[in-house]
Amino acid sequence: MYSVDTVIGHPGSSPKERQEIQLKWPQEGLTAVPDWIYTNPDIYSREVERIFHGRTWNFVALAAEIRSPGDFKRSYVGPTPIVVARNTDGSIHVFENRCAHRGAEFCRDLRGNVKEFVCPYHQWSYDLCGNLRGVPFKRGLKKEGGMPKDFHNEDHGLRRLNVAILHGVVFASFVADMEPIEDYLGAEILRDFETVFKGRELKIFGYYRNELPANWKLYHENLKDPYHATLLHSFLVNFGLLVAGNKSAMIADKSGRHGTMASAKGDDVGTNVDASSRKEMRAFRDDMKLNDSRLLDYVREFDSPWSVTMQTIWPNLIVQRELNTLGIRHIVPNGPNSMIMIWTMFGYEGDSNEMTRHRLRQGNLMGPSGFLGLEDNEAMKFVQEGVRRSPTDKGVLKLGGDSEGTSASLISESAIRAMYRHYREVMGL
Amino acid sequence: MIPGYDLTPPDPKAVRELRLEIEEFHAAYCWTLDRGAIEKWPDFFTDDALYRITGRENAEVALPVGLVYAEGKAMIRDRAFAIARTQMFAPRYMQHFVSNVRVVAAQESAIKAQSNYLLLQTLMEGPTTIHQSGRYYDSFARQGGRLLLSERQCVYDTLIIPNDLIYPV
Ligand SMILES: [Fe+2]
Repeated sequence: MYSVDTVIGHPGSSPKERQEIQLKWPQEGLTAVPDWIYTNPDIYSREVERIFHGRTWNFVALAAEIRSPGDFKRSYVGPTPIVVARNTDGSIHVFENRCAHRGAEFCRDLRGNVKEFVCPYHQWSYDLCGNLRGVPFKRGLKKEGGMPKDFHNEDHGLRRLNVAILHGVVFASFVADMEPIEDYLGAEILRDFETVFKGRELKIFGYYRNELPANWKLYHENLKDPYHATLLHSFLVNFGLLVAGNKSAMIADKSGRHGTMASAKGDDVGTNVDASSRKEMRAFRDDMKLNDSRLLDYVREFDSPWSVTMQTIWPNLIVQRELNTLGIRHIVPNGPNSMIMIWTMFGYEGDSNEMTRHRLRQGNLMGPSGFLGLEDNEAMKFVQEGVRRSPTDKGVLKLGGDSEGTSASLISESAIRAMYRHYREVMGL
Repeated sequence: MIPGYDLTPPDPKAVRELRLEIEEFHAAYCWTLDRGAIEKWPDFFTDDALYRITGRENAEVALPVGLVYAEGKAMIRDRAFAIARTQMFAPRYMQHFVSNVRVVAAQESAIKAQSNYLLLQTLMEGPTTIHQSGRYYDSFARQGGRLLLSERQCVYDTLIIPNDLIYPV
């Protein structure tokens, strides 16, 4: 069911949501997280203004989705609908999906190819850069009506966003004087980002979309939380993909907002879990074996010590490299209690037919029906319900003490604390 | 939309018997899933069957991704085992409704049909909701007098999945 279908304890029904709260972070500091950052509508509004519409680079498209002149894609910056289009000269442009005239969201197709954009309401037309080209009856009819003399098309184009493209990944910002995207990501994050994208022609495999009835920050937390990965996911635990003790790291950038959860798959899958860890990990199942082990085959194709890197790129992008299944997830915040996830799965041009099929088979790990993905979606829903409906008002973030940032141990929440350090600064909390 | 199904269908009157047989197959398949006997689900497939669930936005432009993508009965078994025994998710009931069965090929070597499906989900504290609306693209093989799926492609219109899709379609 969608979050709007909630019957018991629907958003807005809990006394907690109606309390006057002082938006004051708990005195413990970063070892505690107040529930109101996940549920409060004023906080959500401030996030849209200061984060998604603020000084951030937001993922909007992969260049491979809009290869030819005239190709476009409906997309989002934060919750705001935008259009990404490729111009006749090959350049990529991003503008609001809102007619400059009466505000109609004119672009309705998920993607396609056009010569120009025409708002269906009054047929105002725009070029592929968002400039206003045509206004029907601009000079009126028989010298009556029409636009005033001082109406100039160039003053009434679509609102355009700042664009940055890095190795075929398109980012946009409402802020004009953003730092270069490389600086925004930082060296620590750039390394594993380039492993997936640099010098590679992507081949799009297709899309999944889902509503996740949880606050958008929970997705970042989930992928900055290697502790859960060793506990919730029987697939990871049993098949040695991310196990406490394996070669792994939780990497954060200097600002604390981005992260990379990285691990190297053990060769002796499953058997390398020592008895004491096994006791801690209830998800470990002795009887769990695959009839078709191709699911977890790993074809070494990258010059990287890691076989798995999950990157959280603030504020709305996840880059997934899970063995050989590759994809990005675009987070579209949808009010405090909901987010839309748009998954684009891909391989590389030049992949053999067998490699493509291998990636597709391995895709069963991820997504809204993936063996890892579905468990995360369920867990995040549970968290949102808990923080919205219980009278208790904060959570605990004490794993690994009060350290912040990169952590060699998986049993640590230091990357989440680093993210909230950054968040509090931007949000003034 | 799915390659291999854009055929001139035989006269429906001539294949009534086969259509009934396919409807009976759907009823048994849905009964198995809807009563929660998930580990019996692989028994409806041939050893080399392809099982795939994908959004209509992908199928319409021949994008290959699968929300679920299983090549062969062994992978189908692994999914059944995982969902029945190891995956973590909130309890729920599912009901499948299959209708508009349309036989598009009726040679014994190639039996193909398209059917619409509606999948309803009920969470323990939730309403009953339409979880997915879609169409099956099925190829059958007859083994031991019994129809088995050699291919089932489930193409859903409900592009925005309500959180997740746990059980098979
Ligand atoms: Fe997870």
